[in-house]
Amino acid sequence: MKLLTSPAPHIRTADSTADVMLDVLIALSPAVAAATYFFGLQAFILSIAGMISAELIEFFIMRVLRKDKNFVPNGSAAVTGLLLALNVSVATPWWVLLIGVLFAIAIVKHAFGGLGQNIFNPALAARIFLLVSFPTAMTTWYPPIGKFFGTYADIQTTATPLAVLKLEGFNSAMQKFTYTDLLFGNIGGCIGETSALLLIIGFLYLVLRGRIKIVIPATYLGTVFAISSIMYLVNPEKFGTPLFHLLAGGMMLGALFMATDMVTSPMTLKGQAIFGVGCGLITMLIRYFGGYPEGVSLSILLMNAFVPIIDRYTQPKIFGRRKS
Amino acid sequence: MGMLTFKRFRGGVHPPEKKLTSSEPIKVAPLPDKVIVYMQQHAGAPAKPVVEEGQQVKTGQLVGEAQGPISAYVHSPVTGKVIAVTKVSSSVHGTMVEAVVIERTGEDQWELLPKIDFERATKEELIDHVRLAGIVGLGGAMFPTHVKLNPPKPVDTLILNGAECEPYLTIDHRIMLEKADEIILGVEIVKKILNVKKVYIGIETNKRDAIELLTKKWKSSVEVVPLPTRYPMGAEKQLIKFITGREVPSGGLPADVGVLVQNVGTVLAIKEAVIDRKPLVERGMTLTGEGVKKRGNWWIRIGAPISWVIEELGGGFVDGYEEIKVLMGGPMTGIPISSLDTPVLKGNNGITVIPEQKRNSTNCIRCSYCVQVCPMNLQPYLLDLLARKKKYDDAAEIGLLDCIECGSCSYICPANVEHVKSIKLAKKVYRSLRGGKR
Repeated sequence: MKLLTSPAPHIRTADSTADVMLDVLIALSPAVAAATYFFGLQAFILSIAGMISAELIEFFIMRVLRKDKNFVPNGSAAVTGLLLALNVSVATPWWVLLIGVLFAIAIVKHAFGGLGQNIFNPALAARIFLLVSFPTAMTTWYPPIGKFFGTYADIQTTATPLAVLKLEGFNSAMQKFTYTDLLFGNIGGCIGETSALLLIIGFLYLVLRGRIKIVIPATYLGTVFAISSIMYLVNPEKFGTPLFHLLAGGMMLGALFMATDMVTSPMTLKGQAIFGVGCGLITMLIRYFGGYPEGVSLSILLMNAFVPIIDRYTQPKIFGRRKS
Repeated sequence: MGMLTFKRFRGGVHPPEKKLTSSEPIKVAPLPDKVIVYMQQHAGAPAKPVVEEGQQVKTGQLVGEAQGPISAYVHSPVTGKVIAVTKVSSSVHGTMVEAVVIERTGEDQWELLPKIDFERATKEELIDHVRLAGIVGLGGAMFPTHVKLNPPKPVDTLILNGAECEPYLTIDHRIMLEKADEIILGVEIVKKILNVKKVYIGIETNKRDAIELLTKKWKSSVEVVPLPTRYPMGAEKQLIKFITGREVPSGGLPADVGVLVQNVGTVLAIKEAVIDRKPLVERGMTLTGEGVKKRGNWWIRIGAPISWVIEELGGGFVDGYEEIKVLMGGPMTGIPISSLDTPVLKGNNGITVIPEQKRNSTNCIRCSYCVQVCPMNLQPYLLDLLARKKKYDDAAEIGLLDCIECGSCSYICPANVEHVKSIKLAKKVYRSLRGGKR
């Protein structure tokens, strides 16, 4: 009988990093389903392609470049790949998505040390990278065609609700889109930014599984609600309603799935609150006064950069020590 | 108790309780034919052997003399002949320790402690008697009890620890059920020594029968406090905070907040020393785990080799395992032994035999579970990081020495980071760099 002496504790939860990642993928699946329903098979193909290419690139980096013979895929790359796919237009060429995935995994994630070491959310950083590199592809939106095998070659492009708000005002936006459209996803936009409702359902799954830093979406959405309420009172036509801001654009995808990325968000509850408020504040500043109609991605990336300093200044009070 | 629990006990985890032996009465184990009596079965300086090879010893006879103020006497657990006074490699200590090996020659012939009249004895006489009995904390810490009973500051509250929050272990539970009348005598002795009025006993709610029995039997003399079944509720600082609301200061002792905590088994040993004149040569112990054939609770002689315990009391290992873990203690904090020659020690509340669980480890994914569950409100992920980077001063600043090594962080970690391992090592290095000062 061989006696084993690995360190205490000798029992562990059966949980693993792969389980965490699998839960995130499960939580995103309703949004993928909605995207497939509204935008057709192409949306589904891009989602799957994002996941598979991300895992393959990571596998190559770990096994070949970083010479880790024991590396086993854990699903974290797939999460990044899927999130990036959900962040592009359905008409995005496959090779543009591939470049984005390569940037996310190789540069944003592995150049910073790999799993758990990256400062910035890889999917968001890659989205911004693509936005700068392929501005046309990344800002050309199509309306949902509702046809499974449909192509977009002869479909008229459309504007996103936020772009309409910015260029034409709130009344015009409300003539083109109803709140119901926003809630269910019957709008033009990124693949995954369409149905707020299905994103919320996926989010609730993560809450149930204890997989989410719940303070972040609470404070993020709370801040957006508070600011947009005030601005609505100032000028409803120019700034739109709070509900509109909560449902439109990447708000739900960003607040529920991007800002809550474990690796790139703060570790303490207080830190998560600061992070959430910061995201909300910057998002609304960009939406109201920035050059882009949408500010979710940039705001989260900016706050990512503050995470180390937030962690540093929100350390919990140690048992038995006075508040310092 | 919802809100109050939250306020008074933060964090923690709830591993499967696996109290497989909670309805097994404590049986008296047969006497082992050979005992290996370590000279270091306590915190502090090792004892010095006072017997020679070939010498006849009686049960209860002194074989090791305490050295220095923090040390403990060691007695022969059997009647027999000393066959060796030697150094053995201890997988518990990780070093060589001195041991007296005794071969049993027959039934017990007792050499009892001197008579003491508990009613008339002074506080000092009682403490000295506890010292002579070689009693140490039986909950696992093995701190010499006579030192603990003489706290540097006056205390007004005694807390009996009957939490037994470690999964698998049931010996304290059984002792409370079977020895309630004896424990209360021990409580009277400790009360007299400390001159305290208020006595609590904390018991986790997964031991309803013990809570009910002691509430009925002990009436108003001891306040029975049901504790949430949440690990590590029985850790000293957490127990004190929950019961009294007082927070032991960082680097301080329970006495700093006027409290003294004793494990129920230790109080029973004090009673046996003072009333029955028996030094600490036997203790209650749970033999448990999926890897051993027969599980149960035993009164067992200290020094019995674990190989003997597993064969004689446990009926051997369960067939089919090629490798297994034999733990001194429970699964959360137990020490895995690398040799079955290791003997039962004074602080050995259980032997848990379990198969190894597979650990798939990755980098930390910053899920923050460890920060949420840490009962000391530390940041285990950061301590682990700093410890591995050898930044010991930085680690100390964020509470390295405050860590109670309960293992909640590693238990919950999806990435299977070995926080406790690196923290333990960092503490050792930090202390030696600092010349042993805190």
